[in-house]
Amino acid sequence: MQYMLIFKEMQAQFDERNDPAKAGAYWGAWSTYIAAMNEAGVVVSGNGLQGPHTATTVRVRDGKRHVEDGPFADTKEQLGGYVIIETPNLDTALDWAARSPSAVYASVEVRPVMPPMSGAQTG
Amino acid sequence: MNDGDARRVAATAARTSYGRLLAMVAARSRDIAAAEDALAEAFRTALEVWPERGIPDKPDAWLLTAARHRLSHAYRHDLTRGAAQPVLELLADERQSRGEAADDFPDERLKLMFICAHPAIDEAARTPLMLQTILGLDAALIASAFLIAPSAMGQRLSRAKAKIRDAGIAFAVPGRDELPDRLSAVLFAVYAAYGAAWEDLNGADPKRQGLAEEAIYLARLLVSLMPEEPEARGLLALLLYCEARVLARRTPDGAFVPLAEQDAKLWSRALIIEAENHLTLAARRGVFGRFQTEAAIQSVHVQRGVTGVANHQALMALYDLLVSQEPSTGALVSRAAAYAEALGPERGLALLDELRPEPIQTYQPYWAARAHLLAELGRSQQAAHAFDRAIALTEDQAVRNFLLEKKRACSGCDWSHV
Repeated sequence: MQYMLIFKEMQAQFDERNDPAKAGAYWGAWSTYIAAMNEAGVVVSGNGLQGPHTATTVRVRDGKRHVEDGPFADTKEQLGGYVIIETPNLDTALDWAARSPSAVYASVEVRPVMPPMSGAQTG
Repeated sequence: MNDGDARRVAATAARTSYGRLLAMVAARSRDIAAAEDALAEAFRTALEVWPERGIPDKPDAWLLTAARHRLSHAYRHDLTRGAAQPVLELLADERQSRGEAADDFPDERLKLMFICAHPAIDEAARTPLMLQTILGLDAALIASAFLIAPSAMGQRLSRAKAKIRDAGIAFAVPGRDELPDRLSAVLFAVYAAYGAAWEDLNGADPKRQGLAEEAIYLARLLVSLMPEEPEARGLLALLLYCEARVLARRTPDGAFVPLAEQDAKLWSRALIIEAENHLTLAARRGVFGRFQTEAAIQSVHVQRGVTGVANHQALMALYDLLVSQEPSTGALVSRAAAYAEALGPERGLALLDELRPEPIQTYQPYWAARAHLLAELGRSQQAAHAFDRAIALTEDQAVRNFLLEKKRACSGCDWSHV
């Protein structure tokens, strides 16, 4: 089955990304983790995301577009990136989630990816 | 062949093999709700087909095949909805197992139990889910055991089943490192199942028939799977101690006999010896948990059969330990009763007075214990009130009669005062 691992980060980690004293350790932890998943051949796709200060949220209400600065939910833990992996079951997906850097300082949400919808046209 | 025979064989299969069959059907698809439907359909078909064509040599195998057939048919139907992958896996699995002998029944229930105890499942749903899937208890009975509304319990159960089906939880007994975390929920489900059977003193409720045997069977299975796990052995010992006393709980004409008045000659020596052995083996590991403590309490009770006296000091110490491990309302009420036996009714009553008010409102053992202590203290008016509460909360007729008798005796002593 395919699962999306949704990595959350705290503001402290978003700050570390650009802090010369801490960026090395931050990116080192992530790249080791991603490399381990690649080596195991479980990664389908994935990306890191720029920080929540770059987020823009859009809603359409009564045909009118509302554009707002910021992420859709203003919480302590913010979306930092995601990866889609292919594993035999949830337990193996949880094992990978637990190994991620953000599992220690924030959290990782694990969601099964939906099977393709019927009638979905490709190409 | 008549309808009655078919009905009887089907009822026996439902009682003795339900959880086993369900686990085997669900093992393939992980879809517990669909497996339940398929199995119900198989039972329905059996009642139509068996009276005409005769009862099969192996009714369980017949039901299993019928349920699996039904399920794979339903899944083929699903192909049109685009869920191709799981179906293909399922069909491959079916082909592979076609060679498997029809009477070869691996017990998949342990796997199913550990799935139900998975940390990804809502904690409040774990034990109820096990009771429903493994032991076939219905949502209403489970809801009453957990003191919540049947509709809320039904919702909780179906949410948990949807999670198991859709999230792809592994259908396997977990590895050694995860086992201890999940074991406590599994042990608790077996304990609760035995408890549900224990409350049905007469065996009057057909839904609970055979439940005690099943619970003991599962406890044995857990011990054989994890011989090193002291709490699994503690639980088995506890159930065996209780089972040893089953015959002594009633007089030949069906009246309730409280533990202190039971005839020790009616207790099963064989079961007590087996329980003692398991408790001793468990205690050697030096890791004490609530099931070993509860078994030890039962052990002290049955020692009365040998020594002729109850060891109240030991019971007080063990109940103190139990309350520190598991401060449940049940444990607190039992501790108060043990203190009352050893140190007098005032002491017991003082402990009952300390309990938080809301869990005890509808807790029958609390009101029964309170009534007895007040009666002993000669506070008959308050005792009568507590007896009334206890009687109103009692489902079992024999226990109700017993309490009514005690209440009558108590108001009798009241009249002698005036």
